[in-house]
Amino acid sequence: MCLAIPGKIIDIDKNKEYSYVDYGEGTKRKINVSLVDVKVGDYVLVHAGFAIQVLDEKEAKETLNIFREMLSDKEDS
Amino acid sequence: MFSLKDKKLADDIILKIKKLDVNLKFMHVCGTHQDTLIKHGLSSLLKKCGIEIGQGPGCPVCVTTPKEIEEILLLARSGKTVATFGDMINVPGESESLQSIKAEGHDIKTVYGIEDAVSIAQNNKDKEVIFMAVGFETTAPTTASVLLKNPPSNFSILNCHRLIPPALKAIIEMGEIKIDGLIEPGHVSTIIGTTPYEFLSKDYQIPQVVAGFEPLDLLMAAWILTDQITKGEATVKNEYYRAVNKDGNIKAKDALKKVFEPGDKKWRGFPVIKKSSMEIKSKYQDYDARKKYEDILKPLKNKEFPEPAGCKCGEVLRGLIDSKECPLFGKKCKPDSPVGPCMVSIEGSCNIEYRYATKN
Repeated sequence: MCLAIPGKIIDIDKNKEYSYVDYGEGTKRKINVSLVDVKVGDYVLVHAGFAIQVLDEKEAKETLNIFREMLSDKEDS
Repeated sequence: MFSLKDKKLADDIILKIKKLDVNLKFMHVCGTHQDTLIKHGLSSLLKKCGIEIGQGPGCPVCVTTPKEIEEILLLARSGKTVATFGDMINVPGESESLQSIKAEGHDIKTVYGIEDAVSIAQNNKDKEVIFMAVGFETTAPTTASVLLKNPPSNFSILNCHRLIPPALKAIIEMGEIKIDGLIEPGHVSTIIGTTPYEFLSKDYQIPQVVAGFEPLDLLMAAWILTDQITKGEATVKNEYYRAVNKDGNIKAKDALKKVFEPGDKKWRGFPVIKKSSMEIKSKYQDYDARKKYEDILKPLKNKEFPEPAGCKCGEVLRGLIDSKECPLFGKKCKPDSPVGPCMVSIEGSCNIEYRYATKN
């Protein structure tokens, strides 16, 4: 039920209510983006046809490094 | 897209936890967490490190009460078109499910989300369409968003939305099980942020961590909780910061505030939990199926419906027993012939246990 899938915003309609997202591997869907502020190129989490949050792309890509740092910090402390 | 894979890091986390030589019991409240834990063998791996992780009342379909199932069945039998999520359709009521009455000719539609149900209403003006709205804070904003945009008058919802933090408080206060730490649901938290969990750490000294859904997310979550415990700390940490912030999704929270207000509600397996439901405000009552069809639902008003005979979903949802400890598990109760909702929903711990136990 609370499953949400990340997708990339590829096109937003004029009134900013709907957008097309690319889930990767060619799967594209129209979703409701009225609950978030997005621009083309943003990554969002999609749940039940709605974008529910914008993903922080930079932090997402850095996650493994941050995990490693957290582990080593703990070891040092 | 953004998958987290690093075997060495996973091994490092496990080694670190092992070194601490702990004996801890954590609870999460999310079917997707349970799926990751069982699918990737993390549950048994962490058990070997002294950490047991159980699923609490974290499956919206599972905590929907037998009475709510009877309400939607009665509305469908009275000739209304019922639309809801796939899992909900197969949950057995006292004698039938939406699926079984569909076979009798009643109009039951499976939808991906509430907007599909609104489209059915728009395209079938001669029909009364009722969306059975189940879900926690992740799903409720989609309902709020639709109600704020004047959907057609032949559309209404049977509201079953519930709030996670009051249920966590209830399960702690019931005191039936040991909970050393809570793993909070990542996608509920994208909406509400991390702040609404803080009182649990302050009032009950329970460490918490908001976690994502990759295997590494859950290993990190287990490590973060263990680390807090060994240091004597009890705070809310956020491991899923790529999607969750302190304040959550302000737009979604505003929509919820406009449409819903807190109310007391029964959850399957639980007594009434104070302020755990999102009740539709009177301004939107034209879309509230319980008000709109009060006369049809009257026979159910003061009735309570028991759990199916022998079903232990209540105890599974309170974390008292493991799915496999239910005498019906895998015998009388299977995904294709479920007795209780935890075996129906793909987020239910019995369904998850059965699926992967038979696959592995």
